[in-house]
Amino acid sequence: MPVVTKKLEQLDEPLEIAGHEFRSRLIVGTGKYKDNETMVKAITASGTEIVTVAVRRVDLDRTKEEGILYHLDQKRWLLLPNTAGCYSAEEAIRYARLGREAGFTDWVKLEVIGDQDTLLPDVEGLVEAARTLVSEGFKVLAYTNEDLITALKLEDAGVAAVMPLASPIGSGLGLLNPFTIRLIKGRVSVPVIVDAGVGTASDACVTLEQGVDGILINTAIAEARDPVRMAVAMKQATEAGRLAYLAGRMPRREQAVPSSPTAGMLD
Amino acid sequence: MRKCAALTPVVKIMNESDQGTITITVNGEERGVPAGLTVRDLLAHFELHERLVVVERNRQIVRRHQYGEVPVTAGDTIEFVHFVGGG
Repeated sequence: MPVVTKKLEQLDEPLEIAGHEFRSRLIVGTGKYKDNETMVKAITASGTEIVTVAVRRVDLDRTKEEGILYHLDQKRWLLLPNTAGCYSAEEAIRYARLGREAGFTDWVKLEVIGDQDTLLPDVEGLVEAARTLVSEGFKVLAYTNEDLITALKLEDAGVAAVMPLASPIGSGLGLLNPFTIRLIKGRVSVPVIVDAGVGTASDACVTLEQGVDGILINTAIAEARDPVRMAVAMKQATEAGRLAYLAGRMPRREQAVPSSPTAGMLD
Repeated sequence: MRKCAALTPVVKIMNESDQGTITITVNGEERGVPAGLTVRDLLAHFELHERLVVVERNRQIVRRHQYGEVPVTAGDTIEFVHFVGGG
């Protein structure tokens, strides 16, 4: 008898952000890869439909080198420009506008960073920038800390998704605060996509098990010894975590309960 | 838009066979470029691909359809940006 495995589409709904549907719940970044070829292979293997990019000055002394856009097929992946490295609302708005012009897209992953050491968000600047960008027609996915009140303010500002962090950017510490992530998911109606801090596949799985809508991973794939293998692992972990959440876990018990019948034992 | 031709003769120091050179700031560095260029000419001057680069002139984004019309004038601050890998 062949094993019948239902396709993921039959087991899960698509992820909907700003009226667009995505089959994959994994968003991946394009930073820190050793070369563009590995980057393209890894993002292909991840099954993602959305990839993030950053906006930076062209290096005028190496003008023959193309930007990353040359390597990314925009028919295949939705490009999500970020405002990484911006430390004020004003700066983030400027980068968002440049990203829109560069990518022919009004999607933006909004980051307003408040501190160089931790790269934690400046939530005041974040909410301010979100309001402005939403009014300019941007679909704003807002990178935020795992704080319910900020998430509610961002939702009120009209963002397309809130992106609370699992742990600091590039730390690989995994999901440090599942409780507050669940709290946010329980209260906001826009998608909750956990962004930053995932270290390995189990982190992605545990994150999706909290019931969030998606996850964004960059460093954990790019800095793995074998990024393509890790991309596949992250794809499977994201799907596994999501399905485990939908399936509903068994209760935790303090005592053992036998799995085999206690009746019918021999004398 | 102002016509760029009127600005061309202002810096007519004959150090080269050019009609003149103006100084502008490009990506944070002062650079001399020929006078009388449009943004489109400036992109060509730096061998940049129009579709892959975004231009900001004096903090204003120059839309692609305006590249042929917007002049580059002395003292301009130009930023050429593009997408790079990021998370």
